[in-house]
Amino acid sequence: MLIKKNEEIRSSEITPKSMYLNRRTFLAGAAALGAAAAAGLGLRNMAKPDLTAEANAKIDGIQKSPFSTTEAITPYKDVTNYNNYYEFSTDKYEPAGLAKNFRTRPWTVKIDGLVKNKKTLDVDGIMKLAAPEERIYRHRCVEGWSIVVPWVGFSLSKLLDQVEPLGKAKFVKFTSLADASQMPGIRQPVLHWPYTEGLRLDEARHPLTLLCFGMYGEVLPNQDGAPLRLVVPWKYGFKSAKAIVQISFTADQPVNTWNEAAPQEYGFYSNVNPNVDHPRWSQASERRLGEFHKRPTLMFNGYGDQVASLYNGMDLRKNF
Amino acid sequence: MKVRWLKVAIFLLCLLPLAALGLKAWHGELGANPIEVITHATGDWTMRLLLVTLSITPLRMLTRQYWLIRLRRMIGLFAFFYGCLHFTTYIWLDKFFDLHAMLADVEKRRFITVGFLGFVLLIPLALTSTAGWIRRLGGKRWQRLHRLIYVTAVAGVIHYIWLVKADLRKPLQYAMVLGVLLAYRMAVWLKESAERKAVVTPGPRVGVSEG
Repeated sequence: MLIKKNEEIRSSEITPKSMYLNRRTFLAGAAALGAAAAAGLGLRNMAKPDLTAEANAKIDGIQKSPFSTTEAITPYKDVTNYNNYYEFSTDKYEPAGLAKNFRTRPWTVKIDGLVKNKKTLDVDGIMKLAAPEERIYRHRCVEGWSIVVPWVGFSLSKLLDQVEPLGKAKFVKFTSLADASQMPGIRQPVLHWPYTEGLRLDEARHPLTLLCFGMYGEVLPNQDGAPLRLVVPWKYGFKSAKAIVQISFTADQPVNTWNEAAPQEYGFYSNVNPNVDHPRWSQASERRLGEFHKRPTLMFNGYGDQVASLYNGMDLRKNF
Repeated sequence: MKVRWLKVAIFLLCLLPLAALGLKAWHGELGANPIEVITHATGDWTMRLLLVTLSITPLRMLTRQYWLIRLRRMIGLFAFFYGCLHFTTYIWLDKFFDLHAMLADVEKRRFITVGFLGFVLLIPLALTSTAGWIRRLGGKRWQRLHRLIYVTAVAGVIHYIWLVKADLRKPLQYAMVLGVLLAYRMAVWLKESAERKAVVTPGPRVGVSEG
């Protein structure tokens, strides 16, 4: 890991106040147990420490990114306790607990398919390929809620450059881990396991497309896709595959799990688009976690300036 | 006397889910998406109480505890109460009283359409749940009207099945319970109509005797 002194205070260190405070009360409570108990302060926090109160390792030398939004960051507590992670559970509140003992080391990623150099890389090696950047992105779930997350990682293109895709390669397929011994959701035939996702090669190479291994300045929590996940901020959240074990380059459009499960509801592209409704609900607005009123959903989740040109001449109603 | 105290207990029991929600909200423990939690909880309890209401009749027939009927109205009204809360979270917290958006929803989203239908059909049942209305309508007609609850329960299950993304386990559990409750009624109805036929068939033969 690059060790660089960062003069500026990162937003991740300022914003999630609730987490900060939570942790402080927790520590203070633990230290001054008797006194606190007598005073009846922080009792609730002590009785029920946050599932995520154990700190993950800090990532050093994180650089800021011009791609970051200045919008208020969603509290750490929400981003780590509300996860669509069907490998663990279809209940969004459960992965935080169920993924607690998930083993993220040793972890390798197989890179194969239409590439010059097929490789199997260790996740710790991958993390050293480039300087970690903090990318504060809007993240919009197809279900109609959204969050703002300070992810840590670097552009996926930095990894793709390592293997030199062949000319025939047009798509990239991502495969997530499906280990029934660690992931109870795998035993349920709710989706077709393992979870796969795909991007067109130009989408995968787009600088916004993030290979992510951290958030809030720390190593990625298990329930958020540790040790390595994808973040594609202009697409619905399910495109951002978690716990990636394989990256394959293909000539044909790969199968993505949700499209396979309900092709009329989830397309391959799945770009955030307020004008194209999910057949069962409107996508015109969204609820930002922590806000009472809904806010209008932005085309390409607000990343249109950067990515709209990828889809020139395409009917986004058809290629939803 | 026994029933009266039981009714008080059940009344309080039926308020528990709401109290639990209120308590959690007060302590800020409704999680990352409180409105979603409230919507799901009120919907779940509407469905559960509808199923409890529908199980009173089979239960009293099977156990011959006929006084159980005296609990049915209250539980049914609580199902309606949670249905109202569920509907209110939708029009208020989801649509913010945007009538236009709501109408578009009811028209376009089939899970909303069917859920709305189920809710609306409960309204006449709640209004005519009093003894006075049973008298005014007459037992037979009142009973016929109140069979609408079957439609509501079926609509509720379909509403749930149509809204989940992939995990059908929970709505199918409700569907199974409802299936059993409706199958019981079907069996009783078939048996009764067979008996009626058995009584009616000799009739004409007697009547034909002489012109």
